[in-house]
Amino acid sequence: MSEHTGYLTYHTEDWFHQPKGCPRMRRRTAVAAVAVGTAFAMILTACGKSTTTPGTGASTASAAFNAAIGKVYNPSTKTGGTLRFANSGDWDSLDPADTYYGYSWNFIRLYGRALTMFKPVPGAASNEIIPDLAETLGVPSDNAKTWTYKIRKGVKFEDGTAVTSKDVKYAVERSLDKDTFPNGPTYYNDFLDLQGYTSPYKDTDPNKLGLKAIETPDDQTIVFHLKTSFAGFDYFAMLPATIPVPAAKDTGTKYKEHVVSTGPYKFDTNNLGKNFTLVRNTAWDKATDPNRNPLPDKIEVSLNVNAADVDNRLLAGSLDVDAAGTGVQAATQGKILSSPDLKKHADTASLARLWYTSINPDVAPLDNIDCRKAIELAVDHEGYQRAYGGTTGGDIATSMLPPQIPGATGADPYKFKDKPNGDPDAAKAELAKCGKPTGFTTNMSYRAERPKEKALAESVQQSLSKVGITVTLKPYPQGDYFKLYAGKPDFAKANGLGLMANGWGADWPDGFGFLQQIADSRVIRASGGNTNLTVKVPEVDAMFDKALLTTDKPAREKIWGDIDAKVMDQALVLPGVWAKVLLYRPDTITNVFVNDGLGGYYDFLAMGVKQ
Amino acid sequence: MVMGPEPPTATSTQVVDEAALVPDTSVQIEGRSLGRIAWNRLKRDRVAIAGGILIIVLVLVALLAPVIVGLLGHPPDEFHQKLINPDLQTPYGRFGGMSRTFLFGLEPVNGRDVFSRVIYGSRISLLIAFFATALSMVLGTVMGVIAGYFGGWVDTVISRLMDIFLAFPLLLFAFALVGVIPDQAFGMTGDTLRISVLVFVIGFFNWPYIGRIIRGQALSLREREFVEASRSLGARAPYIIFREMLPNLVAPILVYFTLLIPTNILFEAALSFLGVGVRPPTPSWGAMLSDAAQQWYQVEPTYMLFPGLAIFVTVLAFNLFGDGLRDALDPKGR
Repeated sequence: MSEHTGYLTYHTEDWFHQPKGCPRMRRRTAVAAVAVGTAFAMILTACGKSTTTPGTGASTASAAFNAAIGKVYNPSTKTGGTLRFANSGDWDSLDPADTYYGYSWNFIRLYGRALTMFKPVPGAASNEIIPDLAETLGVPSDNAKTWTYKIRKGVKFEDGTAVTSKDVKYAVERSLDKDTFPNGPTYYNDFLDLQGYTSPYKDTDPNKLGLKAIETPDDQTIVFHLKTSFAGFDYFAMLPATIPVPAAKDTGTKYKEHVVSTGPYKFDTNNLGKNFTLVRNTAWDKATDPNRNPLPDKIEVSLNVNAADVDNRLLAGSLDVDAAGTGVQAATQGKILSSPDLKKHADTASLARLWYTSINPDVAPLDNIDCRKAIELAVDHEGYQRAYGGTTGGDIATSMLPPQIPGATGADPYKFKDKPNGDPDAAKAELAKCGKPTGFTTNMSYRAERPKEKALAESVQQSLSKVGITVTLKPYPQGDYFKLYAGKPDFAKANGLGLMANGWGADWPDGFGFLQQIADSRVIRASGGNTNLTVKVPEVDAMFDKALLTTDKPAREKIWGDIDAKVMDQALVLPGVWAKVLLYRPDTITNVFVNDGLGGYYDFLAMGVKQ
Repeated sequence: MVMGPEPPTATSTQVVDEAALVPDTSVQIEGRSLGRIAWNRLKRDRVAIAGGILIIVLVLVALLAPVIVGLLGHPPDEFHQKLINPDLQTPYGRFGGMSRTFLFGLEPVNGRDVFSRVIYGSRISLLIAFFATALSMVLGTVMGVIAGYFGGWVDTVISRLMDIFLAFPLLLFAFALVGVIPDQAFGMTGDTLRISVLVFVIGFFNWPYIGRIIRGQALSLREREFVEASRSLGARAPYIIFREMLPNLVAPILVYFTLLIPTNILFEAALSFLGVGVRPPTPSWGAMLSDAAQQWYQVEPTYMLFPGLAIFVTVLAFNLFGDGLRDALDPKGR
């Protein structure tokens, strides 16, 4: 939503805290300022609670609220037609090395094939990572420090030349060059054993394949050597950086003007900043690609379209998909929710995101676990949810891990669901145990520019006052919230910030990506810039170490649930809301479903046009 | 806004005249004091009188906020979440939930009474604006008179100082300063401290505006015969400044006092809007407007209406009254 100016941009680029210098697991989300409400609220039709049923391949043709959640809405195998996208901002980049927006990672699969991908199916099944350009998932060796992939035979670039492992290696190499491609994620920079390698553009090797951390013993095989063990490497192999790039066609920063396609569509026209069109790629062979079933003949994308205009055109049916996929604007949301006809075409997609409050054990009397538990019990959880948009803004979080992340147990250790408005009696009992039967005083920090966090802080203040806990609210500027204030341990301690409003979203639904930056104490730096504000539990750190070595997926995923349980048991995090966005699907499109793996977007790969 | 020169009447003589004439009420031809003349002019200016009445009402509202809210509203920090639509976070009913019990409707999300918060918000606005203006006036008058009367290097130093202050990025400075003040300082805590800091910041950096005007007036007054006369009679500087010049500066001081208050109300609202005003949950017009503008303007415009109207009416009232006062005190300045 980049053309928004002024105060409205607070919610767009920096929706979540993006720690500087700790590049892991943060995908930019061009989230619109989703305010929930409408001026003249009508009585709503009672539509059932949104439930994410595990992907069963079920489908429905009748329009209903949340019909594209957990199942395919309007299924079809009809090919043809033009699928029309619009983006209220500019694309961050079409270059696979230089893109970090969720919608772009979703869209890029139309013209590029990474080694692996999230299964393009509805519901929880989409969290499964499956081979795409690779024949199988990665084969780990050397304690998960070495990962080997075999590339499918017969995959071709749009000009007909065969894709080899060297093209993948070259693509990863160029993604390492953050001077040329500053936008992309830095997982490979952080995890590969680079030995000083910086960029293929400065490479002395004649083939520009001088990186020793990646070996290509033959045209089909590619071997990654990591600095440290990392059991979840298949997620890295999903990154657009592994989409093959032919070295001969690489034009550096200008490559985005014509990316050479390996997917079912290739670029036809491309006017940067205005629009681009994709047409079928005749060199793409269905026999090499079991996951894609491209329906439309043509894909049109308009850029820098006014956000309100995008919504209006979606509602009018003159546009098929909002490319940014971050939910409709506030005014549209009100309109949709108050009209049963429009609501039938809407979905509340779950994001792998948690809005929460950190409880600071450095600040007395919260150094006492019973005082912390009193806070968990006393807070009005429905009030928390209201602050973030109510039922459309998300579900009440009962623990840290959002339910769509593998390993989430859905545990509710403090019985939030039974007492959604808080349990003052139980809280008072905990207060008595902690030696403060009449309550205590503490401070709560939040980001001054965020009305939602302000409403939350006021709600927490109100509900805690019922058990005698007096909270003083402390707003801090959002830009430095983590660098200088809440995220700086000595500042938080000196200023007695017992409670700190916070939020976190993962790049993809995986326990490591979600938990590591907010629960591993070793990511806490005294100099500030932290996202993990309060969780310093040695047992949890040990569990992270164990998980990184556990290549067995179910066993690893169980560890994420255990970490969640341990942190909740220590009452260091007050979970608030598992976030959702409201998406709109016009009747013009077929095969619509939300892909959880991609992080709550409609899956662009499967979509077709109603004929 | 430049003030014309004052009529060359020495106030000291004037006071004597008035004292002599006041008891003589039965006499038809009445000598009128400057103040009386001004008051008569002001009375004829209906717009200014309307502004003045509004100001009195606003001050009464601020002073009697607990009584008014007790009669017509709900406690300003009381949540009424039952009256909020859980899907939309906006109040049930039309126009932001306006009803007989909630005159201005409810705040979205937490459902506080907008009427009560607007009434209580007037306290913060008027309090900060009044004291900040008073601080600027005192500083500005003292510095202006000193610069104007003494002239020479004193004038140069003070004038350059004014230039420096005028060049100061006040909003940014206020933003930074108010953002970093601790909870306890100078023996004060919480809102008291924040209000004091806001008063100081707004007042301290606004004095050059009034300082320049007073300096200009003082420069011309210094050359007047009555000042020359006192000087030749051996009066010393403090006597001349306080007894001879200051009474002649009352008019511009009054006028700029009334005209600076609305500026400062807006400034306080701007700081609250940017999140560095008083801390929630203390109600403030700027903060309410900020919430409304950032999150609710599209879906619940009513919420934006009342704090916006409150600021608008207050600023307008002070401006109208100030303008009328200036015209009354100085008809040539029109």
